Order: sequence, then structure tokens, then C-alpha cells
Amino acid sequence: MKISKNIIRPYGDTANDGKMQFSFSLPVPASEYGKEAARLLLKQMGLQDIEVCGMRDLHEGFTHFIAYATTTVSIDGSRIRVKVVETPVMDMAATDEYISQHIGRPLTVIGACIESDAHTVGIDAIMNMKGYNHRYGLERYRMFNAINLGAQVPSETLLARARCENADAILVSQVVTQKNIHIKNLTHLIELAEAEGLRGKMLFICGGPRITHELAIELGYDAGFGTGSYATDVASFIAITIDERIEN
Amino acid sequence: MERARNAAARIADSIDWLFRDFSSVTIERTVLRLLGIDGAGKNGKPLPNVVVDHLAELQALKRGAAWWVTNAAVARDVDPQEVAEMVGWDEIDLTTIPVQDNALVLRRMEEIAERTLAHLRLQRARREEYLQKFGARRRPAIYVIVATGNIHEDVIQARAAAREGADIIAVIRSTAQSLLDYVPYGATTVGFGGTYATQENFRIMRTALDEVSEEERRYIWLTNYASGLCMPEISAMGALERLDMMLNDAMYGILFRDINPRRTLLDQYFSRMINAYAGVEIQTGEDNYLTTADAVEKAYTVTASQLINEQFAIKSGIKPEKMGLGHAFEINPDLPDSLSYELAHALLTRTLFPAAPVKYMPPTKFASGNIFFTHLLDAMFNFVGQLTGQGVQLLGMMTEAIHTPHLVDRSLAIENAQYIFRAVGNLAEHIQLEPDGFIPRRANDVLAQAADFLEGVADEGLFIALGKGEFADIKRCETGGKGQMGVFPKDDDYINPFLTKMKRELGLS
Repeated sequence: MKISKNIIRPYGDTANDGKMQFSFSLPVPASEYGKEAARLLLKQMGLQDIEVCGMRDLHEGFTHFIAYATTTVSIDGSRIRVKVVETPVMDMAATDEYISQHIGRPLTVIGACIESDAHTVGIDAIMNMKGYNHRYGLERYRMFNAINLGAQVPSETLLARARCENADAILVSQVVTQKNIHIKNLTHLIELAEAEGLRGKMLFICGGPRITHELAIELGYDAGFGTGSYATDVASFIAITIDERIEN
Repeated sequence: MERARNAAARIADSIDWLFRDFSSVTIERTVLRLLGIDGAGKNGKPLPNVVVDHLAELQALKRGAAWWVTNAAVARDVDPQEVAEMVGWDEIDLTTIPVQDNALVLRRMEEIAERTLAHLRLQRARREEYLQKFGARRRPAIYVIVATGNIHEDVIQARAAAREGADIIAVIRSTAQSLLDYVPYGATTVGFGGTYATQENFRIMRTALDEVSEEERRYIWLTNYASGLCMPEISAMGALERLDMMLNDAMYGILFRDINPRRTLLDQYFSRMINAYAGVEIQTGEDNYLTTADAVEKAYTVTASQLINEQFAIKSGIKPEKMGLGHAFEINPDLPDSLSYELAHALLTRTLFPAAPVKYMPPTKFASGNIFFTHLLDAMFNFVGQLTGQGVQLLGMMTEAIHTPHLVDRSLAIENAQYIFRAVGNLAEHIQLEPDGFIPRRANDVLAQAADFLEGVADEGLFIALGKGEFADIKRCETGGKGQMGVFPKDDDYINPFLTKMKRELGLS
């Protein structure tokens, strides 16, 4: 195998040893037969030195396998491209100051969990006064007029409110992702916004545990924030991006 | 303790007028379901909705749906189900059917109601028989959810979980069901984050779990969610199909689903009465107070809500040993001594409600994509649950922050709980708390804060306090929220035979 500085392979305890751990269940009995099924599956994935080290009977004909194996594949690090939110992150005071200095008026942000999603944990962490993990939410910012519509808000209602408040940004949270419902909901909102001529008038931002910036861009949003994002990330992005748009 | 409990009782008493003088569309639909009306009419609209909407349109609901339907049943000499079907096909107008002899109508209503109540008592007796035969539930009981979105797939996962040691299976509902003003009909294989609560789904899961109970020689309890806009209907369906527990919180819908406050309080009253009658254990949703607020700072809101839930439950005839009041293990794991705080809160709940099968909820807020750490957090949670003798341990899943549980996730959670429960065993008997130490002091502080809060709410009035956002920092107006239009004042000749009979048999005034 060609050795390159940029080659990336898993590291177990030795450089480039390719060691990986696996955990999965199969509809097979917990027996030598089942174990062989697990091994063959990993083999077909192109793995080597397969060691099925754990086997647990899950009953009703299912078994849990834990395995270690060596991968033969590697990644060329120089070819990795990711889309990330590139605006710098400021704290609350700095963001408020930035908005007063550069924009000179409070920014209106409307947030909601749209459609069937009833889980407000994400939107609350970003918007509520209290915020999350020592970062206050947008409601606390002097220069944000933050309106949190809560759970299960139809896309139509969110857009109507955004139009009537003349919003600068819309924040959409999607926590439930079973059967990719979040993609459907987010697409529906953006299509509706385009049809109503609102898409270019405000920032569209989405967030949730399975949202990445790249996915957000692909779906037609301005930014996406995943797990580990705080109000400071979102607030800084909104302030700086709106300022840039005004300048342009 | 007494101060806090008295204030909570004053809060509950202040709503008596609502229970006495009002009814709601879902209460009327519940009455129809209990009179034997089921199925769907044109466009799949459930027949109880068809009949109640028909009566509402004709301004006739104030007398109660039971009277109109029974009057038609007597006039045509058919069952309530056939009456509902005729309404569904626009064949009759219930208000223009000649009024029958009142004594005759009442006697017929009594007969039909008694038949249903006998069935509910039979289901209760069957559960008791199983418990006699296989023994009581362990404490804390192992509670796991199934949430595939397909009832048949849920059955497979529930059976596997039961075989691994689960005592209680909760079938999670589709995420938007709480806001539907009807209960879907039939078996369902769709939904997001779960599938619909329907009577057929209840029956399918109960049958499967009865089978496993027999094979495992352990009674497997089944639970669902009587919350949202159809609280009493779901309780009725659960009672008919022998569900054993129901999530049934007095205020959850108001705060966390923006359902009209009057509607929720009224619906929970009848809903819980059905549960009391059927011997169903209710569970409350105090964990929700901590998922957005800080679990140390707002610990008192859990205590306050438990006390309010207790007082409303008493009004519906729920016995203390059937009140699964809730709390949660949600303190930030970065906080030094977080375990001492968790212990103080867990012991406070156990001490305040010694007879209650308290429902202890797992960490969710600090569960992350790091499944290994989440598994560790769940172990700590299981440790506190066993040490403090909680009634029901709703197991945390290592993948809590990622997806609805996979088969393996649930199995590892059960393994985690079984090991910790076995290892901790009777440890509590061998250790003692420092009497003036941090834990009792902390518990007393939380209780005092709860008492102050409850007294404040009792003084200004529950609806005013809700309007000011004093619960969970969420403002809810008495006349706002969803489902408000479904609440109506009863006429003097209003009749709900089930409410009357259940109150009498439960010894309620």
C-alpha cells in the first residue's frame, strides 16, 4: 500500500493498524451458526482479522454481536472537503455590540419546531432566556427580538408570522428524524418560502441532532447547526451574515 | 410537608366548579365508546366523533351524548352502535327522533353502562389474578419503550424485551397524536417516533404480552399515553383492553402541548376516574419540567407538580398505590457532587409519597452522541433508583440522543439495570444518611421552596399563575390554547351514566 502523509486509517494502538470496533444485531440464533453469520457479514464488508468477541442472545431469534476487525481501506486526507459555518463566534455582549454598531437595530428571529415535531429541547436551548450550558438564549440578547413559536407549528403559520413580523431570520428545529421526516419537513418549508417569495428576504437556519451545515446548504438553507451548537454560534452567524448582506 | 400539601389541595379544590358544571367533546366521545360505539364512518372519521359533531352542530350536546343515543336506541330498538352507524350514513337526526319515555331510556342506559362496567371490573380482576399467580412487580420495575412506528414490529421488540427482563412495556405514540381531536381506528403501521394509540393496537399488544407473561411466569405490564386532546377516550380504550398503566398528568397538556387549561383539567378528571375504576396505575410527567430548565435550580417545580397531581388524582378516586408520580435524573453531570443532589431529590419524592409507585425518568438532556458516556450515566441513574427504592425505573437508552431504541440498545439497557439492581441490592439498609448533612438539608430546601410556590399559586389562583408563566416559565391563558371550543356547560338534565356510577362506586362526592 502506498504510504502518504495524508493517508488516514483507523488507529487502535499502532499507527495505521486499521482496527475498528463493531456492534450490531442479526436475526440469527446465538450459536456458532450465528457467530459465523456475523463474521461473514464483516468479511463481505471487506474487513480482515475479524474477531467476534461478544455474542448476546436478544431472544425472539435475534443476537447481538460485538466484533473487532481490520479495515483495508484508507482515506486521502488532502481530498476531504467539508462545509462548515465559517463566521467567528462571539459571546452575547460582543454580539449585541456588533449588531448595534454594524446594523443599528434589533434583529427579529422567529423560531419553531415545525410540522409533526413536538420536541422543543433544541429550539429552547437556542432561544429561551435561560439558554443551555451557560450560554444564554436569544431572548436574553438586547439586540435580538426573539419569538419562539414552540412545537408542532405548521410551515404556513411560521412563514405568515415571519412575514408579519418582518423577520430577519427563521430558526427551525427538527429533533425527530425517524424515516427522514426532518428532511421532508425542512424541504416543505423552504419550498413554501420560495413560492411565497420569502426565501430571499430573510435567513433560513435549521438545527437538530442530525442536521449538519452541509445538509442545510443542500436543502437550500443558509446554515445548519448540529449537536454541540449553542446560542452564541447561531447569534454570531445571524449578526455577521446579515451585516454582510446589508453591505453587499 | 403539611403546608405544601394543603396549598396543593386548595389549588385542586379551586377547580371543582369546572368538574361539576362542564363537559367536553372528548368526554362525550368517551361516553359513547363506553356505550359500545366503535369503528369509523365515511372518510374514516371515527363514529364517536361523527355522533358528537352531529349533536354539537344541532346545539344538543348540553344534555349529554348518552341521552340522545339511548333515546334513539330505544325508539328504533337497536344498539348504540347501530344508532351511530345510522348517524354516520346520514340516515337519522338524533334530535328529531320522538322522545321516548324517560324512565325507559334511563333504564336502557343503565343496562348498557352496567354491561361495560362489568367488563372493566373483569379486566381488573384478570390483572389481579395474574399478579396472584405470578407475584407482584419488582421494585423498581424495569420499564422500557418500544417505538418502531409499526404495531407489528413493536410486538416483536416488546416480546424480546419482556424475555430479557422488562416488567413494563410502553408503546410510544406517533409524535403528533396528542393534538388530534380524535382517536384513529384500527391497527396502524405508520407514525413518527411511534405509532398511534388505537384500541386495536392496544388489543394486539395485550394479547402478545399475555402470551409472554404465561411463558415467562411474570406478568408484563402494558402502558400508553392518556394525554393530549383525547385523554378520557384513551383511558377508556385502555381500560377496555386491560392496559395496566397510563401516562395521565393533570397539567402536562397545558404546559407542554399548549392545550387549553380548562379542557385539560376537565378531561383529566374523567380520564383518571376511568383509570381509578379499572385499577390502572397512572403516571405523571414531572420530568418535563427539567428537560428545559435547570434540574437543581428548578427542582422544586417537580415537587410542586407532584403535589398538584396527587390532589387532582385524589379527586378522581385514584388510590395512593396507583399514583405513579414522576421525577427525573437530569442534573448536569459536570456539577461536582451531582449524585448527592440526585439522591436528595429522589429521597424527597419517596418520602413525600411513601405508597406511590414513583416513576423515575432517566437522563435525557445530557445524553449525547457519546453512547459510552450515556450508558455510564444510565448506570448511575439505575444506582440511585435501586438505592432509594423507586417504584418504576424508566430505563435510559445509550442512544437516547440519536434514535428511537434499537433492539440492542434496549437489551443493553436492561442488562445495565439488572446488574446494578442486583449489585446494589439492599445496600440502603446498611448505610445511613448524616442527619444534618447535605442530603436532608437539600431535600428540606426543595420542599420549602415548593411550599412557598404552591401557597403563592393557591393565593392568586391556578389560572392566573398559569397565565403569568409561573409553571415552567410557560405562559398559558385560561381561554387560549388548543381544544378550548370543545368545552361546554352542562344543562340541568345532562347525563353521563359512567361518571355517576363510577363516582358512586369509588366513594366520591
